[in-house]
Amino acid sequence: MSAVIASPQAASGRGYFKSHLRDYGMLLSLVVIMVLFQVLTDGVLLQPLNLTNLLLQNSYIVVMALGMLLVIVAGFIDLSVGSVCGFTGALAAVLMVQHEWHWVPAIAASLVVGALIGAVQGWFVAYARIPSFIVTLAGMLVFKGLSLALLAGQSVGPFPVQFQKISSGFLPDPLGGESLRLLSLALGVAAAAVLVLTEVLARRKALAHQMEAEPPLFFGVRIAAFAGAMVYLSWLLSTYKGLPNVLVLMSVLIVIYQFVTGRTVIGRRIYALGGNEKAARLSGVNTPRLAFLTFVNMGVLSAVAGLVFAARLNTATPKAGMGFELDVIAACFIGGASAQGGVGKVLGAVIGAFIMGVMNNGMSILGVGIDYQQVIKGSVLLAAVFVDVYNRNRV
Amino acid sequence: MGDTLLEMRGITKTFPGVRALDNVNIAVRPGEIHAVVGENGAGKSTLMKVLSGVYPSDSYQGEIHFDGQPRRFAGIADSEELGIIIIHQELALVPLLSIAENIFLGNEPGRRGVVDWHQAHVRTRELLERVGLREPPTSLVGKLGVGKQQLVEIAKALSKRVRLLILDEPTASLNERDSEALLQLLLGLKAQGIACILISHKLNEVLKVADAITVIRDGATIETLDCAGGGISEDRIIRGMVGRDMAHRYPQRTPKIGEVFFEVRDWHVFHEQHADREMIKGIDFNVRRGEIVGIAGLMGSGRTELAMSIFGRAYGQKISGEVRMDGAVVDVSTIGRAIAHGIAYVTEDRKGAGLVLDDEIQRNISLANLRGVSRAGLIDEQRETEVAEEFGRAMRIRCSGVRQRVVNLSGGNQQKVVLGKWLFTRPRLLILDEPTRGIDVGAKFEIYSIIDELAQRGESILMISSELPELLGMCDRIYVMNEGRFVAELNVADASQERIMRAIVNAEDC
Ligand SMILES: Nc1ncnc2c1ncn2[C@@H]1O[C@H](COP(=O)(O)OP(=O)(O)OP(=O)(O)O)[C@@H](O)[C@H]1O
Ligand SMILES: [Mg+2]
Repeated sequence: MSAVIASPQAASGRGYFKSHLRDYGMLLSLVVIMVLFQVLTDGVLLQPLNLTNLLLQNSYIVVMALGMLLVIVAGFIDLSVGSVCGFTGALAAVLMVQHEWHWVPAIAASLVVGALIGAVQGWFVAYARIPSFIVTLAGMLVFKGLSLALLAGQSVGPFPVQFQKISSGFLPDPLGGESLRLLSLALGVAAAAVLVLTEVLARRKALAHQMEAEPPLFFGVRIAAFAGAMVYLSWLLSTYKGLPNVLVLMSVLIVIYQFVTGRTVIGRRIYALGGNEKAARLSGVNTPRLAFLTFVNMGVLSAVAGLVFAARLNTATPKAGMGFELDVIAACFIGGASAQGGVGKVLGAVIGAFIMGVMNNGMSILGVGIDYQQVIKGSVLLAAVFVDVYNRNRV
Repeated sequence: MGDTLLEMRGITKTFPGVRALDNVNIAVRPGEIHAVVGENGAGKSTLMKVLSGVYPSDSYQGEIHFDGQPRRFAGIADSEELGIIIIHQELALVPLLSIAENIFLGNEPGRRGVVDWHQAHVRTRELLERVGLREPPTSLVGKLGVGKQQLVEIAKALSKRVRLLILDEPTASLNERDSEALLQLLLGLKAQGIACILISHKLNEVLKVADAITVIRDGATIETLDCAGGGISEDRIIRGMVGRDMAHRYPQRTPKIGEVFFEVRDWHVFHEQHADREMIKGIDFNVRRGEIVGIAGLMGSGRTELAMSIFGRAYGQKISGEVRMDGAVVDVSTIGRAIAHGIAYVTEDRKGAGLVLDDEIQRNISLANLRGVSRAGLIDEQRETEVAEEFGRAMRIRCSGVRQRVVNLSGGNQQKVVLGKWLFTRPRLLILDEPTRGIDVGAKFEIYSIIDELAQRGESILMISSELPELLGMCDRIYVMNEGRFVAELNVADASQERIMRAIVNAEDC
């Protein structure tokens, strides 16, 4: 018999690019869209004030997209996240404003309620085996109604200052720069350095063990672009008020979820669950419990998003969260997740969320009406998935 | 040599990183049964996909001549137009539709989009008669066994104007009786002038029906044997397939059988959906250390249900009975616990329940033992790759690397991945359910050797198989199962195919 396992060849540039087209494609699309709107808006897009706003506006979508990605990879869907987001925000508002709770227990209560909501929906999906589409469609209606009831149709606010700081606060600046927030800049630079360091180490390890690695040119350009973008953006933000608290929260969550999906046993099991539930179950994975947990996780992240959103508006309204589920789900699919489950990446979903965010923001600056914004966003979603499917089938 | 119906010349087809076909030639005469044999991954299925237009004509090199004319197929429709119909290795029927609906799916009789169901049923009845399947056209396909589904596929092919029927391992999951019926059907079709290309790893069947045999090795044609004169033996074919003589089909075993290790007492299981249907009706058995125990029986006798219910209640409800290991009762009430006790179950349904098809080889191999490649919940990919490469080498998995996705592996190599996954759990009791289904002779020998090695180390093995020669060749003891009961227990020295079949028949009579 011939050689059974071919030794991994040094990846050639073009072949590598082709087989990893989608990873680069995502990133390129984001860059292209950013450049496009930067030009169309005469540079308003990347003005420090607008950039800060853009991050704030998207933070809750990104946070929920992290949970949604797990749900979708596991082979489910959650339509209730917008309603749950609104409901948990409303709950915290009522507790703080009407019952005069301290903001810390109010936040804790919201998160716990989020987890409980996720647990109830997860139970129906995982143990009662009702399709997640139906369970969460019901949840969407129920929690939309409950927010209305809870708020008695009114807006509730304003909140204690510390609570508002979740969204409107920025990192303090003990280094006392006048026009430049030095701590924020330093953090950005440090994060970029850590990124470069870990990537270089991982690559060296891969090469030492003769695993397939990115060609040097790609690697260099990609890392340089990433690190450069991080430093540049943090510099931009530093010339305004510094890094927003939400950005820090969001970054920490992204790193955690990236790590969990990419490196841990539980992450691996979620992919197996979505890829082939039977095979996962016969391999000893407690599939119902895992499905249940992805919904609990989604509930908690919806509550986090609800708190961030309420804090940002400084008031809870019955309309909060409406339609968020669409942006969140779209972010995951634009980011390359498969509706069949088993496929999807955290960074893809994050980039997908920002593609949507930049478009929202850019079109608003340009004065495109809400009507055509939706048309364009819908088309971009379909186009992104189409290109993806087309590429996958063409072998 | 008379005229040729089909000629494929110099077919070369590459996938990224793999040359699946390298200058393959094959010629089929009208009305002959032409067998294509070769090891797993030799390229048989790929060749048939080229022929049937699954891979369009611009995706490979070489020529196809049909009826003496050069042909270029852009898709399946083009080849079907000429009467070339393929039945794939994996059946492609819709389980929730009826037989008639399946047969005429995409080809519905009627006018202007309105289906003429009366006509469809009448024609279905004729077709079913032709293939010898006694079932009403309205039966749901999902309710039929694999053997009958196979016949429905053939009926579907016959509903089109078929001139060359391609069957890719049609008997892999059939028992002896159904296989025999299918072969007879092929001979009948041949008498009607329909030519047939038959891919199979069961060489005895090939010899029974084939007029010519083309042997493919490593993506290239090795030879075409003419069976007309007789005198072609299985060993002769094997020599062509593996490129050397194979002295033995089974490893020479010197069993070292020890104490009873695994024991099941008074095991009862009820049907997963119908709580009143008893599937396993009180079974007792044991397996000793270093022993290979076989379970023989017809399809539907409950062998898989028995194995899966023991493996962490993966099947059934209202399960009662005891499982003991080394004399002590053990709790195997969940799959996780069963695995923790060292039980492994290699499923018969590798695509449906054995593999995450879209995932890489290495991630499939580690799935049942992620602990073995992780520390504190963190996966060590390095270690994972090493493990996968080790199994890949030991089992000769043919792939471009352990990061290849398993969908792209040939059927036999997929089976090796499933087996590798379970061997990596370091089992003390390995339950094998049809372990060599769709596997070539060389690879079978390798798998048997691995099983034997495990037994030599003192582990216990329980092997379910529909291939009696395999049970007789490998096992130390054989239980015969029928309708949820063990009806006989034979030491291999006293066992023979006849005695096993007689035990089954006797049980059915009373
Ligand atoms: N889509 C694909 N992408 C990459 N490689 C492929 C693809 N399809 C097949 N191959 C490779 O081509 C080779 C031939 O595969 P093929 O399925 O034709 O084998 P086979 O002779 O039918 O084997 P078996 O008896 O196991 O079914 C294998 O090495 C397989 O891994
Ligand atoms: Mg094949």
